[in-house]
Amino acid sequence: MSDVLTFIISRFNYWIYIVLMMIGLYAMIAKRNYVKKFIGMSIFQTAIILFYVSTGVKSGATIPILEHGHDIGHAAAAINPDHYANPLPHVLMLTAIVVGVATLGVALAVVQKVHDQYETIEEPEILFKLGQE
Amino acid sequence: MSENLPFLVIAAPLFGALVASLVGWARPRYCYAIAMVSLAAGLTAAIALLVKVSGTVSGYEYRLGGWPPPIGIQHWVDPLSALILVVITAVAFLAVMSARANLQLELPGKERFVYPLMLLMVTGLSGMTLTGDAFNLYVLLEITSLSSYALVAIGRGRAAASCLNYIIMGTIGASFYLLGVGYLYLKTGSLNMIDLRQIMIAGDMHGSQTVITGFILITVGFWIKMGLYPLHGWLPNAYSFAPHAASNLMAPLMTKVSVYVSLRMMLSVFTPDFLAVHALWAQTALLVATIAIIAGSLIAYSQTDVKKLLCYLVVAEVGYMAGGMWLMNRAGITGTIYHIAADAFMTCCLFLGASGLIASTGSRHIRSFRGATRRMPWTFAAFLVGGLSMIGVPPTCGFFSKWFLIQGAIEGGAWHFVAALIFSSLINALIFFRIIELAYFKDVEHEDDVSHPPQVQRNEAPWGIRIPLFITSVVIVLLGVFSPRVINWIERFVDSVGVT
Repeated sequence: MSDVLTFIISRFNYWIYIVLMMIGLYAMIAKRNYVKKFIGMSIFQTAIILFYVSTGVKSGATIPILEHGHDIGHAAAAINPDHYANPLPHVLMLTAIVVGVATLGVALAVVQKVHDQYETIEEPEILFKLGQE
Repeated sequence: MSENLPFLVIAAPLFGALVASLVGWARPRYCYAIAMVSLAAGLTAAIALLVKVSGTVSGYEYRLGGWPPPIGIQHWVDPLSALILVVITAVAFLAVMSARANLQLELPGKERFVYPLMLLMVTGLSGMTLTGDAFNLYVLLEITSLSSYALVAIGRGRAAASCLNYIIMGTIGASFYLLGVGYLYLKTGSLNMIDLRQIMIAGDMHGSQTVITGFILITVGFWIKMGLYPLHGWLPNAYSFAPHAASNLMAPLMTKVSVYVSLRMMLSVFTPDFLAVHALWAQTALLVATIAIIAGSLIAYSQTDVKKLLCYLVVAEVGYMAGGMWLMNRAGITGTIYHIAADAFMTCCLFLGASGLIASTGSRHIRSFRGATRRMPWTFAAFLVGGLSMIGVPPTCGFFSKWFLIQGAIEGGAWHFVAALIFSSLINALIFFRIIELAYFKDVEHEDDVSHPPQVQRNEAPWGIRIPLFITSVVIVLLGVFSPRVINWIERFVDSVGVT
């Protein structure tokens, strides 16, 4: 039993990202309201962002900024990477956040256009009105 | 100048998009000229790149900003990416050339939005072809996707409603890819594609669960993006309800570039040895592709809307390539790569022809082909070249890609895939001969009165659509006539990655 608990707890960041991802996927598939669907899409993307960010973390490490780095010069070999969180996944996720925001923005703009056309944002009602055309 | 060519190919449409959107505020009618000039510059740079690569053994790298990989982003130009790049820029040039005539009829006054979006899309597509960095590819994929969402949604009628599902599916696909890259990064600590391959080989990581999961996520992500059959739901609606100007650009290029990237991942990052270990995957993928080809062809046959019909043909063609790349032998991979190029021009020709037909008749029902040989002989003849190529009639390029794919499938013992390819050719023949029958034997009016052929008014498609359509149909034949040279070129790449 304790093995299972250790297995879960030692990888809790992965469990959380998978749960969040499934919540997003559920919303995208099961919700009928398009705004809810797209918020689900945003949760889905955020889950992946959290996954990346959590991979850069090290226990007991600090933010990857060198104090007075320019004074050290080429003595960079003295820096122990274990003392600093891995900045690369975090930097990548800055781009992914921008992508996510842009996607959500485009999606909601399209929802607005659909609402202007069909006066509803519920999927079944849109499909019904499309069937009538 | 010449060492910066890999950057110029991407910078030309990007800069064009910026200028077009700024100039478009004041003078929307200049947008077309700006788009054409920047795409012509991109096409010239791509051809120059092809010439330059032909002088090297296996291509060369370009470092963005001079940063050495794996820290900096690297562009990798080899025979494959140079070839695909020329195809992309050429098809984009032709598709955008037709946009003016289509936009005047469909979306007057929206030029200043459409042209910058199209140019951004071409930027993303060329970037995806060249980039040697897995995360950079994700960003370019999203640039492409976001501009295509906007291009679909800008249309009238059902366009916006069909765009909603496209956004959801597209985002899931891209997110799967991002997640797969994350798994690879966890294991290897690198994002550079060549570096990834070397680390995975050096560390003997091909058996690792993390790498396998990453590979599956990336593959499935691109299956969604390329619209492989059970995951194709977004494709027909999005492409058929999009404005014609947009679908002429998107339908030939989006799926092909996804296929290319998937192939690049399989051959250049994961290596054929890795795939050979897991024989079950190839069997599964070939089965899915077989189903995709059969289902796509059958659904296409049942359509009466011209653009819907063409969209389902695209779904079937994606099955060709998704199956062909998993044959994992020399003929199969060569056929797949040749088909990427051939299918881009074929699809472009058919969509241009369809938009010409719709522009002159105003209807998108297949019945509007009636009497087309008399009303629009030139437009119809050019459209038919694309159709014959889809069937696989020599000397069009469609024949040669099918030849190699079937050869590869026989060598690999994938008989169900051979059967599906032949079945799809037969269905394509049925579809296009039905159209020929409508066009040649049935007149607009006086269907029964054969003795007095009615005076039919000439009603050709506008010149703006006809010129790119003619060029595309000539390219289809030329690509077929010069296929030995193209095949030689592709085999140079196939041999360099060690496919036997």
